[in-house]
Amino acid sequence: MSTENDTVKTPQKSDYDDKFGSAEQQETIEKLTQSDYKWGFTTDIETEVAPKGLNEDTIRFISAKKKEPEFLLEWRLKAFRYWQKMQEPHWPNVNYPPIDYQDAYYYAAPKPKKELKSMDEVDPQLRETFEKLGIPLDEQKRLAGVAVDAVMDSVSVATTFKKELAKHGIIFCSFSDAVQNHPDLIEKYLGSVVPYTDNFFAALNSAVFSDGSFCYIPKGVRCPMELSTYFRINAANTGQFERTLIVAEEGAYVSYLEGCTAPMRDENQLHAAVVEIIAHKDAEVKYSTVQNWYPGDKNGVGGIYNFVTKRGICLEENAKISWTQVETGSAITWKYPSVILKGDNSIGEFYSVALTNNYQQADTGTKMIHLGKNTRSTIISKGISAGKSQNSYRGLVRVSKNADNARNFSQCDSLLIGDKCGAHTFPYLEISNTTAKVEHEATTSKIGEDQIFYLNQRGIDTEDAIGMIVNGYCKEVFMELPMEFAVEARNLLAISLEGSVG
Amino acid sequence: MDSEKKDIREWYQTAFADFENSLNGGASLPFHAVRKKAIARFAELGFPSTRNEDWKYTNIAPLLKHQFQPVAEAPDIAAESLAPFLFKGLDADRLVFVNGVYNEALSSVSNLPDGVILDTLENAFTTHADTVTQALGKTVSYEEETFSALNTAFARTGVFLSVPAGVVLERPLYILHVSKTEGREFLAAPRNLFLFGDNSQARLVEGHYNLDGGTSFKNSVTEISVGADALVEHVRIQDESKDAFHFATTQVEQATGSNYTSVAIDLGGSLVRNNLNVHLAEERCEAHLIGFYFGSGRQLIDNHTMIDHAVPNCESNELYKGILDDRAHGVFNGKVMVRPDAQKTNAFQQNQAILLSDDAHIDSKPQLEIFADDVKCSHGATVGELDDESLFYLRARGIGEQEAHAMLRLAFARDIFNYIKIDAVRERLEELVVERFNNKA
Amino acid sequence: MLSIKNLHVSVEDTEILKGVNLEVKPGEIHAIMGPNGSGKSTFANVLAGREEYEVTDGEVTYLGQDLLDMAPEERAREGVFLAFQYPVEIPGVSTSHFMKTALNAIREHRGEEQLDAMQFLKLAREKMQLIEMDEKFLHRSVNDGFSGGEKKRNEIFQMAVLEPKLAILDETDSGLDIDALRIVANGVNKLRSSDNAFIVVTHYQRLLNYIVPDYVHVLVDGRIVESGDKNLALRLEEQGYDWVKDNDAVTA
Repeated sequence: MSTENDTVKTPQKSDYDDKFGSAEQQETIEKLTQSDYKWGFTTDIETEVAPKGLNEDTIRFISAKKKEPEFLLEWRLKAFRYWQKMQEPHWPNVNYPPIDYQDAYYYAAPKPKKELKSMDEVDPQLRETFEKLGIPLDEQKRLAGVAVDAVMDSVSVATTFKKELAKHGIIFCSFSDAVQNHPDLIEKYLGSVVPYTDNFFAALNSAVFSDGSFCYIPKGVRCPMELSTYFRINAANTGQFERTLIVAEEGAYVSYLEGCTAPMRDENQLHAAVVEIIAHKDAEVKYSTVQNWYPGDKNGVGGIYNFVTKRGICLEENAKISWTQVETGSAITWKYPSVILKGDNSIGEFYSVALTNNYQQADTGTKMIHLGKNTRSTIISKGISAGKSQNSYRGLVRVSKNADNARNFSQCDSLLIGDKCGAHTFPYLEISNTTAKVEHEATTSKIGEDQIFYLNQRGIDTEDAIGMIVNGYCKEVFMELPMEFAVEARNLLAISLEGSVG
Repeated sequence: MDSEKKDIREWYQTAFADFENSLNGGASLPFHAVRKKAIARFAELGFPSTRNEDWKYTNIAPLLKHQFQPVAEAPDIAAESLAPFLFKGLDADRLVFVNGVYNEALSSVSNLPDGVILDTLENAFTTHADTVTQALGKTVSYEEETFSALNTAFARTGVFLSVPAGVVLERPLYILHVSKTEGREFLAAPRNLFLFGDNSQARLVEGHYNLDGGTSFKNSVTEISVGADALVEHVRIQDESKDAFHFATTQVEQATGSNYTSVAIDLGGSLVRNNLNVHLAEERCEAHLIGFYFGSGRQLIDNHTMIDHAVPNCESNELYKGILDDRAHGVFNGKVMVRPDAQKTNAFQQNQAILLSDDAHIDSKPQLEIFADDVKCSHGATVGELDDESLFYLRARGIGEQEAHAMLRLAFARDIFNYIKIDAVRERLEELVVERFNNKA
Repeated sequence: MLSIKNLHVSVEDTEILKGVNLEVKPGEIHAIMGPNGSGKSTFANVLAGREEYEVTDGEVTYLGQDLLDMAPEERAREGVFLAFQYPVEIPGVSTSHFMKTALNAIREHRGEEQLDAMQFLKLAREKMQLIEMDEKFLHRSVNDGFSGGEKKRNEIFQMAVLEPKLAILDETDSGLDIDALRIVANGVNKLRSSDNAFIVVTHYQRLLNYIVPDYVHVLVDGRIVESGDKNLALRLEEQGYDWVKDNDAVTA
């Protein structure tokens, strides 16, 4: 028990100060002078592509390529037929040009990449950034697409972890592998939390999803390590329609990290992922994301449209699902990680930092659906808007008629940097039970000049002062992240804010 | 459903023709051209569905089941029957409307300060044609919203008040609307225009009551212009029949340094929708939007407010509280907009609701939309039940459960009543609310 | 160390300081006293470089450099410390992280080694004892939820950590009870040396019972109208400020 605890230890307050208090980190940020995206490189990879356009043939092609069982093809086709009847949603605070769904490729099986021989072949700027983010060398190599040599054999490492996981009966593999090896589990759980009818992008994803992750923690097992794509090397290129499914059986625990301890690269214009989490009795799933896709340039050209559906269900009593996200990338983010609190005494949490700069738009928040008795939810959302960006919190707390003694506390704060940006808060509270206690608080403020002056007067320059204030503002959320993620999140915020201070 | 909407839309178009015929000379006035445009626009807009974000939680289907008829004449009412709606010991000027039709006999207006114009809108169309033509519809457009279009089309009369610069109205103005349906499902479209000159002061009290139960549809639009440094207090008490449809749009425009307070109390109505929009158009304005509602039975009470901070250095303060019992449904949608450059804005919003029954329901949507960085804005929303601890404390001191409940509910509501500066109005309102709580406890 | 000549300062076009002259040498403690609105806080803040204060005339030389030409953080790194009258709250930023960052910025400026977390913690603990502050304050957010007295003590703690050459205490005594006042004063006295100087801005004489000044200056309506030794403070306490108000400006 005690050793397991160590691996999933959450940061304590004192750890935090020491870990993040280093002036070196501040210093490295200081040295970065430009606010261009550091990870925007292109790699020509040969692919085997499906014909352009979206129709039933494309879907049959994808399914056949992936040797999928019949039920899955049927499911994809049903999703596609449903999608065809749907209208693309348009939110009042998110603007983007229309997407031509026929003018895209829906299947591009990655062929082995052209491998770089050593780190020397990697773009020096990219390497510099990795170093600044404090990413271990081996990880840097993997990210840069360098063939991993004797220092770290990717396959053997993956195998090591797989062995360790298998010992506990944990299944952690690519979605495609799971379809081949555990079709019963896929058939049972796929679409059980996010049905293909859920929304436009979920329907699209269901029809054409390429790959993703599958994670199954058996009864009573506490996953001994944080699971992330770091350990799942073969599924690094999962494409724009990623699908993740996490199942925690009774009493199981897992902490899952989306992405990895480094910025993810993705050159797709549209990214429509679906994540489903099922937590059975007494199970706990903690899902953390640091999202830093290409946000477009300073003038708002380019960037990812990130339209993601993430939802978990606390199926039985005492289950707990916790979402933590740090969103600094993408031109447009549209994402509401949600929890359906079905089991009595179940708990849902949402901790979010969303930072927008230049012309970025973020519309993010959560939905907490209280169905069971004594269910509790907590929402902490910290929005930071800079440049000409728009940042919206949109959240729903619903307490249904039978959810006696449901409790929700929401706090949604917005911080504005500069006077060209916008912060919007749209909480929806729908309450049908007298014993509910629902509290929502929101504030909007700017970084105080008096705060900056105070830090200046102690010898800290303005850029660092702002970084410090912003990180302090986000602390409640960073506390929820695994340690190495939190360090990276801190640095990402500082880098994302570069050039925003006049 | 859609065909029903279409039918009822056509019904109002047909009713408009009858309404036109009943106007006599009124149809030759310039405003009638506006009515015609408005009915045409209404036909285009149609009735909103819950797919419309502004109507997400309020399904108006019940309204569309009736064919409400505009009326030109109203039944007689005995002066004594107004007694429950008057305020003891209050010296106020009074305009009384029955089923939306002005009743001169029941009204009483004493000498007003020089330059003050107080008349029905119907009269003002001819006596103050220029002022009315210039100001009416300036802030509420029939172009954008169905119910404003419908009001504009069927607007026959209402109150026109103009207070010149520097004038203080010592006596409050009480605008009393009573309805007596006598089984007739009537449509009233009161249209009010209040113009307050610079540095003027006034207190308005609006009352909406019903004498005989029954179903009616009141769809009012009120435009208020508050001049520089003017001070206006506006109390609105709505206690219509439990079968009434009550729709009210109030648009307030504030000039430099002005101060506007709205206290809106909703107790009656089957389906109630209030839109209260305040535009802080010039600097150093203050707006206070205060509301209380108590819903029981199957009432739906929907308050939509919008405070638009268009310029720097203004302050707004909003507090809405509601209690919902039985199968009542409350909706609160409060939007605070802080436009670019509206720096040094202070905006505070709170809404609190208490549910007394498992079938009661509240949808609350407080929104902040902020485009300026040097602002202090916050909102809070809480939903819960009466505090068990307090209840126990009272009972432990020997107070009966029912009374303890009523005490706590009143305590919850009292914050709101304290915003009403006119003692007689506040006291009467407290009585009314306690009565209502006791009937329901 | 500090030489102020004919300093004129305006805030939003209103002239607050109307020709202040002051010379401060290492090892000295100067008290600036004056009635409310006389310009005391303006004087303290303008030395620290607050932007809202516009210097319209005069010069300030600090250690041979033009102080007015320096950014606030440069002044801090050169050893100018302002104990704020109203210390600012910074939620989420721990006092230890804040002070470590500040100290290392100053040390870097001086060409000294950076302190790591352990070294800093050791130093901070020593300084905390100096002003009888509980160590738990190191882990709390800067001034967030502190009482008035705790905030003032935190200012003195910071001063102790950063070891400035010129410390300006802006009404550090206001809002302090007598015990806290004694603690703060003790802290200041322990930090006093022949190398550093203090400017103590205060409305009341009481603090000067504990921090004995070498010079007392009376600031009235933007000018120093009277200068003397500690006895001047006692006289002000007894007789109020009226008697000095009509005096012409004098050079300290």
